[in-house]
Amino acid sequence: MIQANAVPAADGVEERSVIVAGDYLNKLSGEQIEYECKRRLAAGCKELVVNFAQTELVNSIGVSILLGVIDIASKNGASVVFSDMNEDTVELFDMLGLTKHVTIV
Amino acid sequence: MTTIHDSRFTNHDHDDHKLIHAFGALAELGHEITNKNSFQETIRTSLHLLSGAIGIMRGAAARYSRYAHELNLVAVRGLGDDFPLSLTLTTEDERQFLTNGLHPIEIAEAQVLPFFQIYDVSFADRGLQLFVPLVVREEIVGALFLGEKATGEAYTSYEKEIVCAMGQHIGVAIAQRNLMAEIERHAEENRQLFDEMRSTYHDTVKAFAAAIDCKDKYTEGHSVRVGKFSEIIASELGWGKEEVEGAAVAGYLHDVGKLTVERKIINAPYRINAKESAELNKHPGVGFEILQPIHHPYTDVPLAAKYHHERLDGRGYPDGLKGREIPYIAKIVTLADSFDAMTTDRPYKARRAARDVVDDLKGNIGRQFSPELVTAFLGGMLKELKGETTDKRFRRLLGRDYMEAEGIVEKIRTTLNDVAPTSPMTYVAAAGDILQIH
Repeated sequence: MIQANAVPAADGVEERSVIVAGDYLNKLSGEQIEYECKRRLAAGCKELVVNFAQTELVNSIGVSILLGVIDIASKNGASVVFSDMNEDTVELFDMLGLTKHVTIV
Repeated sequence: MTTIHDSRFTNHDHDDHKLIHAFGALAELGHEITNKNSFQETIRTSLHLLSGAIGIMRGAAARYSRYAHELNLVAVRGLGDDFPLSLTLTTEDERQFLTNGLHPIEIAEAQVLPFFQIYDVSFADRGLQLFVPLVVREEIVGALFLGEKATGEAYTSYEKEIVCAMGQHIGVAIAQRNLMAEIERHAEENRQLFDEMRSTYHDTVKAFAAAIDCKDKYTEGHSVRVGKFSEIIASELGWGKEEVEGAAVAGYLHDVGKLTVERKIINAPYRINAKESAELNKHPGVGFEILQPIHHPYTDVPLAAKYHHERLDGRGYPDGLKGREIPYIAKIVTLADSFDAMTTDRPYKARRAARDVVDDLKGNIGRQFSPELVTAFLGGMLKELKGETTDKRFRRLLGRDYMEAEGIVEKIRTTLNDVAPTSPMTYVAAAGDILQIH
């Protein structure tokens, strides 16, 4: 399951969107996140926040999908923030280079 | 952007973690390739697994067409809409890739090959670094295009080994798909050949039927009509297409044994004597002898020829079989044969009125005809007369005036009510053979 909320700017455009990942980031949940991120970017969002507070495990497909999200965000001039990751997820993302492309909070 | 550099993780820990992560991806890849997803979905997921195992920003997987000499992209990640969907290989490229085998090629170091020269700009614009020909059993089945890693570092030899291992799985998946496509193509060719052979067989059967009918100037078209009546009965019984065709063929060929009977006996404009009758009555057995050695697609055809003059009450010939001893297909042809005999002019007997024919069928149930066959046959006729079907089979075979005789609809309806009971009935045949109808 993913949850999402947005912070609209004065002109109504959601400048910052928060997407909360589920407990296991795999193909199914990853594609849901990807869909939500693409939808927000298309709406003009300039900062995507992916919250991993509930995430215990990320598999390879989840990593690949997040790389895709980072790539699309970059092409749309938006930044990506990963928040509330556990140690294993930080280690995995650091090892694979995702953390070079996002802001960690 | 913020990058974390955590001293908690040593290089040794990283290597172990990478290995475990890659093993996990490899295990998932094996599972993905053996499941029942569509081919395109399998390759898309496989590309995700490979990208996620190593942290590759973008890439693609392609299937190779050896006929068109093209790599056709099946799955793409982040290469953009203007990346070519189909990439052509030259003979030299093919030769080099086969020699190379399933090992990553550094694109920057392979500019000598035409392939990398032609697509140089496309590859450079997307930051593609590795090209992996997927070679399975000494045949190129596809390729992987891999972009830069998210770390920004060059691929290590260890990571290239992972690419090779996962590429082998993806290559096998593509090879399996190619094999399936080949099998499907052969199956389709076989199906077409079978259809052609069946068509040839039916044409031959009809030619035989015409040859049989030519011998008897008074019953011209008899075999063809018996074939069509048999087809109607089988169809009304709800049989499948193949079985209905088999019944039609049995009808077409039921009198093939008459080819050996003297023409003067067949065409005698009088009731033939006992000697001539004995000669004529050999035709079922002779027909069986003619048809038996032929490999028919429908097994019962020779039996229909042999037993189409048997009767349920045992008074038929050549073997005097009774009830269930008579093959079912022969019972169908018997009804079709008798119906045609009653509804066509013979040298010694005029065609009978439709109402009389219906009465005859009813009267001979349990003696000559099986009740469910008469019911099916008359049921089909009634449907046509009431306009419940667009078929005009009976009208075409018997003529419109004959079929639309006054009172015939009511006659058939009444007969069907009499012979299609709502409760089980018992017919007692002359020889004591009891036929239960349910």
